[in-house]
Amino acid sequence: MSLIETEGLSLFYGNFQALKTISLNIESCRITALIGPSGCGKSTFLRCLNRMNDLIDGVRITGRVAIGGRDIYRRETDLLDLRRRVGMVFQRPNPFPLSVEDNVLFGLKVHGQTDRKILEEKLQRSLEAVHLWDELKDRLKTNALELTGEQQQRLCIARLAALEPEILLMDEPCSALDPIATEKIEALMFELRKRFTIVIVTHNMQQAARVSEETGYFLLGELIEFGETSRIFSAPRDQRTEDYITGRYG
Amino acid sequence: MRVPPRLEQRFVKVVLWSMTAITVFVLLFIVAYILRRGLPVLSLSFLTENPHEMGRTGGIFSTIVGTLALTAMALAVATPLGVGTAIFLNEYTWESRVTRIIRFGADCLAGIPSIIFGLFGFILFVIKMGFGWSILSGGLTLAFMILPTIIRTSEEALRSVPRSYREVSLSLGSTKWQMVTRVILPSALPGIVTGVILSVGRSIGETAAVIFTAGSALRLPTSLFSSSRTMSVHFYILAREGISMPNAYGTAAVLVLSILLVNIVTYRLMHRFIRKYS
Repeated sequence: MSLIETEGLSLFYGNFQALKTISLNIESCRITALIGPSGCGKSTFLRCLNRMNDLIDGVRITGRVAIGGRDIYRRETDLLDLRRRVGMVFQRPNPFPLSVEDNVLFGLKVHGQTDRKILEEKLQRSLEAVHLWDELKDRLKTNALELTGEQQQRLCIARLAALEPEILLMDEPCSALDPIATEKIEALMFELRKRFTIVIVTHNMQQAARVSEETGYFLLGELIEFGETSRIFSAPRDQRTEDYITGRYG
Repeated sequence: MRVPPRLEQRFVKVVLWSMTAITVFVLLFIVAYILRRGLPVLSLSFLTENPHEMGRTGGIFSTIVGTLALTAMALAVATPLGVGTAIFLNEYTWESRVTRIIRFGADCLAGIPSIIFGLFGFILFVIKMGFGWSILSGGLTLAFMILPTIIRTSEEALRSVPRSYREVSLSLGSTKWQMVTRVILPSALPGIVTGVILSVGRSIGETAAVIFTAGSALRLPTSLFSSSRTMSVHFYILAREGISMPNAYGTAAVLVLSILLVNIVTYRLMHRFIRKYS
């Protein structure tokens, strides 16, 4: 059984069909990349996995999405718990305008953790996991908005790591960063892969090729091809995938 | 005939400049005139003594207390109602016909002349609910009058909080209420406070709605059910019935100064708010 399984997943914005019967299995503790041109549905797909699409007016979803074998679109799904287990890193670094400490501990506090000792320990461990502890341990009270873009994005990952989710969804996490910062975040993803299952959406094909073990190619709401990254980039089976990765399209 | 652009430009510049000058002059003239006639009357005893002989002698202490009590009452009612409505409109519903109607209603409410509010308050609170002329009736009436301002400024403040804060908060598994109290409200607070302070200015200066609902008793109010006279009502009665023009100007000076103070505070806050979020 795969950690994430979708079966015939379709999504409509009003009358517009943004996802067309997507069936896809994502294995645990690997990095899976979703690539495709802008507007192809890859981010929409990602947002189905933690039900962030629920926040948009007029969205309708059919098909099945199961995480750990359980359908997350069942009526009795606990959304708060689902989102704790399936964390999301966004395109732009988006720390709250709070201190570094309050950012990291936000999730834990929201989920009811009040024990000072546990909070302090989690704070240190989460910042260590993203290599910010040494830089920031004396600046835990500074406002997170004063950090650099790369530090902010790391902080956002630390904020998730504190909740120890099973899955990290990353929606173009490096598109607002410069190449050096991107490299560092990618290195971090490689480390985190041991602890979390990572699904990353990117329009940067080199990035997909560098960091992921499996790749899916989306086009106009359809999943065209899915398979091992090395195979997709060396011997795509579908002409459309080949056109895209060789730069003839998109 | 075509006017040469350069000449036109000069002409327009002069016209616009004079318009601004007139505005500023009128404002300064009013303030200066009132202060010139009012300031000589001001003294510590004017501020701390109750009025005697209908206000012909003595100070204005009880009217200052009345003004503060009414304003506090109005704020205590209107702030939670207004901020709550704004939160509901902005965070808990989708944009729809209903929300547009509510907003339109609030805007209409803001345009209703205050004397109509006074009449409404008189009928509902003073007569029907039996509160009589009192701080309670006056405060509730004022509350409904300033409610639209508080709703709209709070909504504006909530809307200026980046969408991403909401997304992140929910994506971390917070409830909507946790999102509102921990992320949205702290960011929107300066804007909300600005709206509330603007309403304070409006409450302090209001006369028509208050004279109908809080009455004009000169005694120091002792409870929410006491009738009480505000500074603006006091000024109106002193001037209109020719009781004492010097004391009327003294009251006006205190009014103008306090509203000026309120506006300066608002301006400062707004400035800080803008600096923080731009």
